[in-house]
Amino acid sequence: MYTQGLYEIIKKEQIAKDTFDLTISCGKLSELAKAGQFVHISVPGFFLRRPISICNIDKENGTIRIVFQIKGKGTDVLSKFETGEKLDLLGPLGNGFKLLDPDKKVITIGGGIGTPPMLEVAKYYGENATEISGFRTKELVILQDDFKAQGNKTILCTDDGTAGEKGFVTDALSVSIEKEKPDFIYACGPTVMLKAVSEIAMNNKIRCQISLEERMACGVGACLGCAVKMKVLGNEFYGHVCKNGPVFYSEEVIL
Amino acid sequence: MSDLSVNFCGVDMKNPLITASGAYGYGREYVDLYPISAIGGISTKGTTLNVKDGNPPPRIAETPSGMLNSVGLQNGGLERFISVELPNLEKQDIAIIANIAGGTIEECVELVSKLEGTSVDMIELNISCPNVKQGGAAFGTNRDCAAEITSAVKRATSKPLMVKLSPNVTSISDIAKAVEAAGADALSLINTLLGMRIDIMSRRPILKNNVGGLSGPAVFPIAVRMVWQVANAVDIPVCGMGGISCAEDAIEIMMAGANCFQIGAVMFNDPYAPVKIIDGLNEWCEKNGVKNISEIVGTVKPW
Repeated sequence: MYTQGLYEIIKKEQIAKDTFDLTISCGKLSELAKAGQFVHISVPGFFLRRPISICNIDKENGTIRIVFQIKGKGTDVLSKFETGEKLDLLGPLGNGFKLLDPDKKVITIGGGIGTPPMLEVAKYYGENATEISGFRTKELVILQDDFKAQGNKTILCTDDGTAGEKGFVTDALSVSIEKEKPDFIYACGPTVMLKAVSEIAMNNKIRCQISLEERMACGVGACLGCAVKMKVLGNEFYGHVCKNGPVFYSEEVIL
Repeated sequence: MSDLSVNFCGVDMKNPLITASGAYGYGREYVDLYPISAIGGISTKGTTLNVKDGNPPPRIAETPSGMLNSVGLQNGGLERFISVELPNLEKQDIAIIANIAGGTIEECVELVSKLEGTSVDMIELNISCPNVKQGGAAFGTNRDCAAEITSAVKRATSKPLMVKLSPNVTSISDIAKAVEAAGADALSLINTLLGMRIDIMSRRPILKNNVGGLSGPAVFPIAVRMVWQVANAVDIPVCGMGGISCAEDAIEIMMAGANCFQIGAVMFNDPYAPVKIIDGLNEWCEKNGVKNISEIVGTVKPW
């Protein structure tokens, strides 16, 4: 179930270099939203909507948060929207993360601008979630205080060592698996990271879901544009990020 | 309320709006927003005899006022269409146009033969898909091939046959005349225009297929011109499409000579577009004293 409408931005913050955090009052959309789903945003002057993952859902206040980075001309225009202005959102779209009993131990992994969707899933598990976040460098680090505020353990890595540990999330993941013995792993980030995380999860026999992105048009499964190679019960075929995803079990997709 | 109903090749539709093949699936994706019965008809996702995987991603590239796609006719095959999708469409009170695509004449003939006796109201023969290696535009860009496949398919079906034309040709009127002479009951145009975008940092085409079909408002003036040329060249009805994004566009393409029209890419931008366009047609007709929408067909007064 999804909806579409013009919704007011009630808070805007720049939280890192080229990275913006919008809180949007969107009533029914917020009520329907689940961790891991996305909204499809119309940007004035651009023909196609921009799919952006939902970072946080506050059903009580009827709001969602989206965190995005300026990647091109469309997100640049989006970053110019101010508090009080309205955005055309279609959503919530996609399938969202599988949530276990909140007593289970999980590891959530965010790579760069793949970190925001981890916030809502980690919120559900509270202190049973360990968030491993990786960024290229200090000035891109986001959301660490948000994870801590909701009780999650956090491990921060940067490629250049300017914040947290120097190294990749995959190094931290192997250590955390030993320590936490997690029941489930969630990840979103660059494809190379997702590949590595999926492999580590498989080697440790831990179920793992990853959130993917692909160039998208309709967002609802009608146009079949956002194809991703899937493998289910030995059969290979093209599924679609908007409808079969954006969240997939790691063994279901061929990256 | 004005009368928006049209009779297209013997098929009654409550309004002239048909959702275009490839843009509306089999009509299941937008029911959260409005009932599918709002539209006049659906041209289904291009259906082939067997399951077709489609092209590798990326399949989508944005363009100024439009987009390129290279989906490549991904679909679940005819059996699935008949057993799973058709029963759902039958319940909707809309005209069902089965868009079929085959790699060979024989496959197209088999497709329509198997649709005999089903609730499909009309066949739309796709001879213009730019994204498949076999069939597709290979049929639609050559006058003799277009005529040959039309005549073979026409012989194999008792349903009205509409042939979807490619704009990627020197003279679309010549193809239209050849297809009419071969027995087509109607024509639909335009399919997408072949285009390309390149990522200047990686120096790679954005589409994995390198090239793809351009659609959206960017192509609308070309669609109007081609509909006008074709409607003047043939005596069979025409279904116009290509970049229609509002009621005024729909009126314009009908004045150019289209008896009904299809919308596609606009729905990716505004999923409510079908409802808004139908409301807009009603409003415009009322304001301008048009009792039945068909009155405006072909009424452009060229200089």
